[in-house]
Amino acid sequence: MDAHSRFIDGLEDSPTVATARESIARSSTHLEQLEAESIHIIREAVAESDNPVLLYSIGKDSSVLLHLALKAFYPAPPPFPLLHIDTTWKFREMIAFRNVRTCELGLRLIAHTNRDGLARGINPITSGSKLHTDVMKTQALRQALDQHRFDIALGGARRDEEKSRAKERVFSFRSARHLWDPKRQRPEPWRIYNGRKRRGESIRVFPLSNWTELDIWRYIDQEQIPLVSLYFAAPRPVVVRDGELIVVDDDRLPLAPGELPVIKSVRFRTLGCYPLTGAIESNARTVAEIIQETLASRYSERRGRVIDGDGAASMERKKQEGYF
Amino acid sequence: MNVRSQPSAALTGAALITAQQEKPLLRFVACGSVDHGKSTLIGCLLYDSKQLFDDQIDALAVDSRKFGTQGEKLDFSLLLDGLAAEREQNITIDVAYRFFATAQRKFIVIDAPGHEEYTANMATGASVADLGLVLVAADGGLTRQLKRHLVILSLLGIRSVVLAVNKMDRVGWSAETYRTIEAEFREFATALGIDAIVCIPIAANSGDNVVGRSQSMPWYNGPTLLEYLEQAEPTRGSRPGPFRMSIQWVNRPSPDFRGYSGLITSGKVQVGMPVKIYPSGRSSRVARIVTFDGDLVDAAAGRSVTLTLADPVDASRGDLVAGIEQAPEIADEILTRVFWMSDAPLRPGQNYLLKLATSTATASVEPNLSVIDLDTRQLAEAASMARNEIGTCTFKLDRPIAVDRYADCKDTGSFILIDPETFDTVGMGCVERTCAPRPRWWRWSWPASWRLKRKNPDAAKPTRRSETHFRSLAKAMSWRATGSLDTFVVTFVITGSTKLAGSVAVTEIMTKVLIYYCHERIWAWVPWGKARPTHSPGLQQSLGH
Ligand SMILES: Nc1nc2c(ncn2[C@@H]2O[C@H](COP(=O)(O)OP(=O)(O)OP(=O)(O)O)[C@@H](O)[C@H]2O)c(=O)[nH]1
Ligand SMILES: [Mg+2]
Repeated sequence: MDAHSRFIDGLEDSPTVATARESIARSSTHLEQLEAESIHIIREAVAESDNPVLLYSIGKDSSVLLHLALKAFYPAPPPFPLLHIDTTWKFREMIAFRNVRTCELGLRLIAHTNRDGLARGINPITSGSKLHTDVMKTQALRQALDQHRFDIALGGARRDEEKSRAKERVFSFRSARHLWDPKRQRPEPWRIYNGRKRRGESIRVFPLSNWTELDIWRYIDQEQIPLVSLYFAAPRPVVVRDGELIVVDDDRLPLAPGELPVIKSVRFRTLGCYPLTGAIESNARTVAEIIQETLASRYSERRGRVIDGDGAASMERKKQEGYF
Repeated sequence: MNVRSQPSAALTGAALITAQQEKPLLRFVACGSVDHGKSTLIGCLLYDSKQLFDDQIDALAVDSRKFGTQGEKLDFSLLLDGLAAEREQNITIDVAYRFFATAQRKFIVIDAPGHEEYTANMATGASVADLGLVLVAADGGLTRQLKRHLVILSLLGIRSVVLAVNKMDRVGWSAETYRTIEAEFREFATALGIDAIVCIPIAANSGDNVVGRSQSMPWYNGPTLLEYLEQAEPTRGSRPGPFRMSIQWVNRPSPDFRGYSGLITSGKVQVGMPVKIYPSGRSSRVARIVTFDGDLVDAAAGRSVTLTLADPVDASRGDLVAGIEQAPEIADEILTRVFWMSDAPLRPGQNYLLKLATSTATASVEPNLSVIDLDTRQLAEAASMARNEIGTCTFKLDRPIAVDRYADCKDTGSFILIDPETFDTVGMGCVERTCAPRPRWWRWSWPASWRLKRKNPDAAKPTRRSETHFRSLAKAMSWRATGSLDTFVVTFVITGSTKLAGSVAVTEIMTKVLIYYCHERIWAWVPWGKARPTHSPGLQQSLGH
């Protein structure tokens, strides 16, 4: 048998076909470069830190970040806990997914809620998205970082998300009061990261800085990373608020007299507090279908985020105050 | 609820996606003087190549009316200038990183600020670029700040640039003006070692020759900017290089596993390959290349891996794993090119933390500082290096570390300088060579313009190394003699007794400094014992060129 026909025969063998397909999926050097760069950043951050933490928001970017953290320290487990800022208004599915996933991986999870804000009755519906985000997310995050004395916090933000994010360093320095000064960022040439800080100061580290939304989805597909099902289209009860499709996740969302949620096939491009996160109508039920839709989409990912729209430069201001 | 994604069969079928994944990535940095139109150009590039989402275009229209400088038209710079302060002042403050892809290629565009105040941010962006997109406004010409940017590109080893002569509408689309600027630019850039230069006349706010061809400049028949970028092949970093991996992290999950984690920054590693750990120089062999996705037989530059070694050698974070051929230099004194970014100037005798790859050492600045003059492109000796200046500097380290020349291995030849008190990043630099005599130095070469110029070749200013041992010995002895004499005289003049020896000692320290200075000045007149400039390459060579 000549080499060529042996090759053909081999292909008909199902395991070989599987391997061949896998290697096609893995031939993406672009994703490999991004992965290697992110792992390098994660290791640098942890090596330069006394007490690191990974900010886990349960979304797709956090899921990719967590996956990369598992890779960075393999065969050891990641040497840091996960921190989730729970506003108590997350989708129920997100919380369930979070608990299952951290349990599966055997990782320590710190879920922090701003008790004081809760006691004051701050919520996204009557307090407004701005106050809610400030008290229940920004202040809550600062409380948690102070309480546990974390000096380096890894987060899944990407530069392609938003204009002020596009300006942020990979190692983003924060003052002792958690403030970000966009006009005085530390120079960060090559891939040499300055992780030095004085007592009380901290650094937010963004290993996914150079990833795009599409890269994230392709990587999720390639690596088969588990995701919360809200990212995939399914019939869900929705109402319209300020032009956004809001999924009625529980009975805390007030409905107008006589208003009935309609069932629509929707999914989310980004996840947050359910009353503040707009869904998109879609039939994409698999990662491959999502990638197709993302390629064809005429709208950016953050459009569904009600909080971004709170005035011009709102993201920058939130970040200066210590928001992730 | 725990949804696993479907296998990628559907995905591999999508020709579009496969095609997109095969594009080679190009990182380019837009630089040039303030207000010459960099952000406008990048915005135009994104807009005209249909990279924007509808909601972003809507937001741009709103922003343009509010902050724009273009009346009713879109102000593309607002797509990039995302900070509130930038929009208010209509300037760029910090670099923006944008990602886009055309049918041909993926790009990372780095929009740098032109203002001198923010040159450090420009250098941050440029350090990761393969190619420089340099803008010169046709009605502005070559400015000092543009020259500074070019010197920084040269320092970083970027040898390919595309010159976009912008605002051609302001000069009546004049071919003559364009050619004058082009000639002046080529002359300046070529002398800096930037040898691959392409020039394109454009107008960024109307999009002429950006994506679409200009109707107003029929005399230009080269490629449009996007056409050029899509096929550009920057000359940089294509050589395979020797194996290098700086240890980031020692992975010890259990007593029987000890792995060294890092990013391979150069060359290739294989299981069984002999390696050395630097700076200790201990030898071993690669036992396993461990990754989350299984062990590898070999791995090349650009991969993050964990190596285990066949022998129980001692290695830790900051050490370098390298192949046995083309070994790195082990040095505690390095000659470097530096870009200084702090308000407090770089001065001899000062100490900084020098972070090179994953190792950090304390570095003190040696006296032989020189700074480049932007107009003449010549290095001249200097007492200090001010903010935004570029020059050469020798650092003495508190311990030997493994380094490469920047030209050979970028990652093990570049470093940042950290202020030991504020922990700010105050400088960045590239290793030119180490300061121990080794024959391979003769390969050392600056672009001609980086060389230190001397007025009279026979009257070379003596450097530290131009003094012979006898001379130093003679100086040491004469100093001892005068110093002791001084002590004696001072003691005698004050008390004549030994009781106040303590106060005398303190006084002596102060007077000694003054006397030593006078002493040195006197010695400077004495030609006896001085070495002739040697022919050993290095800074001396450039001194005597
Ligand atoms: N007439 C004319 N004006 C232009 C052109 N390109 C840009 N401009 C204008 O030049 C001004 C400066 O443009 P920017 O893009 O902000 O300049 P920049 O180089 O990014 O400036 P910095 O980032 O602050 O260094 C703006 O008012 C633009 O509208 C052009 O081709 N023709
Ligand atoms: Mg600009």
